[in-house]
Amino acid sequence: MGLAAAYWIMAVVAVLAALGVVFLRNVFRAALSLVLCFITVAGLYITLSADFLAAVQILVYVGAISVLIILAVMMTREVQQGSPANRLKIPAFIVAAVVLGIMIYTVTATSWQVASAAPLAPTTVPLAGKLFSESGFILPVEIAAMLILAAILGAIVIAREK
Amino acid sequence: MSVGLEHYLVLSAVLFCIGLYGALTKRNAVIILMCIELMLNAVNISLVAFSRYVVPTLLTGQVFAIFVMVVAAAEVAVGLAIILAIYRGLTDIDASNINLMKW
Repeated sequence: MGLAAAYWIMAVVAVLAALGVVFLRNVFRAALSLVLCFITVAGLYITLSADFLAAVQILVYVGAISVLIILAVMMTREVQQGSPANRLKIPAFIVAAVVLGIMIYTVTATSWQVASAAPLAPTTVPLAGKLFSESGFILPVEIAAMLILAAILGAIVIAREK
Repeated sequence: MSVGLEHYLVLSAVLFCIGLYGALTKRNAVIILMCIELMLNAVNISLVAFSRYVVPTLLTGQVFAIFVMVVAAAEVAVGLAIILAIYRGLTDIDASNINLMKW
């Protein structure tokens, strides 16, 4: 019961915050709305008993990515007269509505094979086992480290003053 | 009314489509990047929901969500660096006016 209430609160706030990102005139307020959406997504992870992911969501998205985005909003201050839409408003709305309709139809029409087992309670240790064990995802973890390094170096090179 | 897998999937679809609409229509490049982050988050919700309801003891979906977060962090760093470089050159980040490489 409490889980359902938490889900509905998080879901409503998340959708409202997402609409705020798209429809708020002020770019800075849109960024803050995005932060609110990230926080509600972390709450949704908690209702899904994914505690480690919720913490990572707060640290990475609410902590780091939102700061980067707000920094970019502030450094491009002179150009932000609201966030106008381009000429594709109506076609894009139709595309988004059709995609949404198809996805909701397939989700509700499929009979999912839901397992009845209880989820693992603290997920940190099993996740570490998954990620770092030899039979797990150790190679993708190493590749991800290389990707992050390359991306940060690339970002520095691109953004540096000539 | 208890919350099940479908609830999370529908919520994820709604968030994804809001992000899709924003990414297609907005002209400010920073807002486009924000909408892409929104779409990535929506995908993460559905991955974690599948992990919780379909394979509750395997955590495979959560591992995938972690990798999506890694790639999203890399993407936002490079994307914002590109936006800053464009802003320095053109003093504009309106996606409709950035047509240097348009053929």
